[in-house]
Amino acid sequence: MVKRLLRTVLIPAVSVALFLQAAEVKSDRPLMLGTTTSVENSGLLYPLLVAFRADTGIEVRTVVRGTGAILQLGRSGDFDAVLVHHPSAENTFLTSGNGLARHPVMTSRFLIVGPTADPAQVRSASDAATALARIATGSFDFISRGDESGTNAAERALWARAGIYPWSTRDGWYHENGSGMGATLNMASVLSAYSFTESGSWTNFANRGDLAILFSRGPYLANPYAIIPINPARHPHVSARSAARLVDWLTGPAGQAFIANFQVNGTPPFAPAGKTHRERN
Amino acid sequence: MSSTVSILPLRVQHLAFEANGTQLLDDVGFTLEAGRRTVLLGPNGAGKSLLLRLCHGLLRPTSGKIQWSAGAQRATRQQAMVFQRPVMLRRSTISNITHALAVRGVAREKRKARAESALEIAGLAELARRPARLLSGGEQQRLALARAWATEPDILFLDEPCASLDPAATHYVEALIEGFHADGTKIFMATHDLMQARRIGDEILFLHKGRLLESGDATAFFVQPKTKEGRAFIAGELLW
Amino acid sequence: MDTFVTAFAEAGALLVSFDLGFLSIVGLSMRISLTAVVLACLIGFPLGAIVALTHFPGRGAVTLLLNTFMGLPPVVVGLIVFLLLSRAGPLGVLGLLFTPAAMIIAQTILVTPIIAALTRQITSDLWIEYGEHLRSLNASPLGTVVTLIADARYSLATVVLAGFGRAIAEVGAVMIVGGNIDHATRVMTTAIALETSKGNLSTALGLGIVLMALALAANAAVQLINSRAQRRAALA
Repeated sequence: MVKRLLRTVLIPAVSVALFLQAAEVKSDRPLMLGTTTSVENSGLLYPLLVAFRADTGIEVRTVVRGTGAILQLGRSGDFDAVLVHHPSAENTFLTSGNGLARHPVMTSRFLIVGPTADPAQVRSASDAATALARIATGSFDFISRGDESGTNAAERALWARAGIYPWSTRDGWYHENGSGMGATLNMASVLSAYSFTESGSWTNFANRGDLAILFSRGPYLANPYAIIPINPARHPHVSARSAARLVDWLTGPAGQAFIANFQVNGTPPFAPAGKTHRERN
Repeated sequence: MSSTVSILPLRVQHLAFEANGTQLLDDVGFTLEAGRRTVLLGPNGAGKSLLLRLCHGLLRPTSGKIQWSAGAQRATRQQAMVFQRPVMLRRSTISNITHALAVRGVAREKRKARAESALEIAGLAELARRPARLLSGGEQQRLALARAWATEPDILFLDEPCASLDPAATHYVEALIEGFHADGTKIFMATHDLMQARRIGDEILFLHKGRLLESGDATAFFVQPKTKEGRAFIAGELLW
Repeated sequence: MDTFVTAFAEAGALLVSFDLGFLSIVGLSMRISLTAVVLACLIGFPLGAIVALTHFPGRGAVTLLLNTFMGLPPVVVGLIVFLLLSRAGPLGVLGLLFTPAAMIIAQTILVTPIIAALTRQITSDLWIEYGEHLRSLNASPLGTVVTLIADARYSLATVVLAGFGRAIAEVGAVMIVGGNIDHATRVMTTAIALETSKGNLSTALGLGIVLMALALAANAAVQLINSRAQRRAALA
């Protein structure tokens, strides 16, 4: 009875399970990089990391979340490095000892997008904060990510600059989507609403419908990305050496040239850090 | 049939069974010796099935004793039971038998031969590969008997094995029971059918309303029952 | 409407092109969900049978739990497995987060209650029929469980399929514990979520059509096996 069970059920089942698992060969652990949706959605990440691997032989695996979630995971030690875009949160992350140092990699632009007809007249605003204020004044539908991502943080900072706090006053025209850039843009596209995004995600977003870039000028909309290797003193299992090589490569000539030459539909979504942060280097 | 010493006689003393406050069996006592065919006779609801299940160990008595002459382990292995509605596994006819042999720990290489000879005896050899659940009622009951036979029991409990069969199938089943008896297996069969009891019984246990009213030689019971219930039953007047 | 037409074209193109990236996504989906279902069966079949056949204190509560857990929300399972496997969690040292192994663990947890609860129902129905015979034979507990599971195999095949359908179709758990890493932990459902987030709705729907086609094929296979077996044998 038992032998029969072994022969007809258990042995095939276990061998199938083992076979299926055997494909997962434990080789050198790849470098784990946490990064944000904007980088992933731009399409930059994959060719960039292929080039890095070609140069160094190091495989990088990326997990994509909002900046808040990525920093939280970095704190837990689930990554070897993080590539994010929220300077103030990054500083907190560093001062509490989670990362080694902040290395600027590139910048993109935050964008205010909305219906081509632009009923709020955002296009003619003098600066980004005024542009948002016009949307609020007219109570035009606005879709926010509301997910504590870097883009969401920049959007809230800009509202604050305009002296408006629609997420706390719960105005009817302000909608917090809570589920990422893509879902937010899809929703704005369907509702012909305004939204706040960033060039990396926007250049590669295919479902624009009636949406267009309405405002992208001025200093408030700069979006700096930085890479932070996780502190090996706090998390001994991290691959500090591989992380350091990724940092060197991204901020060095090879990585910077790659970012500068990367284009989507003829537009470069990112500028290498060297250009805009020359004063720091 | 077993080469070793039989587990019989079976001694039952002061057996009682109670369920939900109803006394279903009360102070039943008897002894079953090897050899003779014992028929447990009584109207529907007398407690016959219950008494068989208690003896076979499917149920635990509320009080009283059921004692085999052999140790408990050997005793449970050396008995078999055939139910009124045969339990057919979702397997082929022959697998129904080899399964029972496997459960009983018969060596793999012996199972097939023994199952085949059991099917031969029950006249089912040609149906060996058929799914058991597609057999007719009579064939299913014969398979249940063949299955019991293959396990080589010292005693075979039969609970109204022909109650849902037509006369031809009944005849066939009774012939098989006769074969068991000829091989030396003790037959202990419950029935409410007087004619069948006359055909098969060497001795009679007459059960009525949970009490064992008469026990003894079959001819004596049928010629001269000792109790008025027994007389009424034989006269066909005692329905329950 | 355009999206739908394009989606079917994309689905067809994905299938015909034998695009390696796409095939590896399908392959990973199958590998993870099949492994999870195999593991869930190894746990769920005996567990369901034991709950059906034995009497122990708290049996009713276990049954209730199993039935409730059939509807476990994938994201909740994902979150719990995530917290366990994170470097900050109790099993962090294993380094399993963001690997296929983590996804298998999450899906196994998701599917086991389904297998166990349905197995419990099926074996307890079969026990009503087989019980006296098996007890008359004095079958051991293991022998009893093996007999019931073997004879309920056609019903259980449907159970396995239900579990597989749940595993292959869920996105919440694998997204959280797998991380949707390209060429490592990206499966069909997380790829669909990603393409949707990029606004590539027709590609997303194309992937969805392929996913549904796989589910259809699996269901059709089991149904075929079942109906053939039933016609041939009336075994079930």
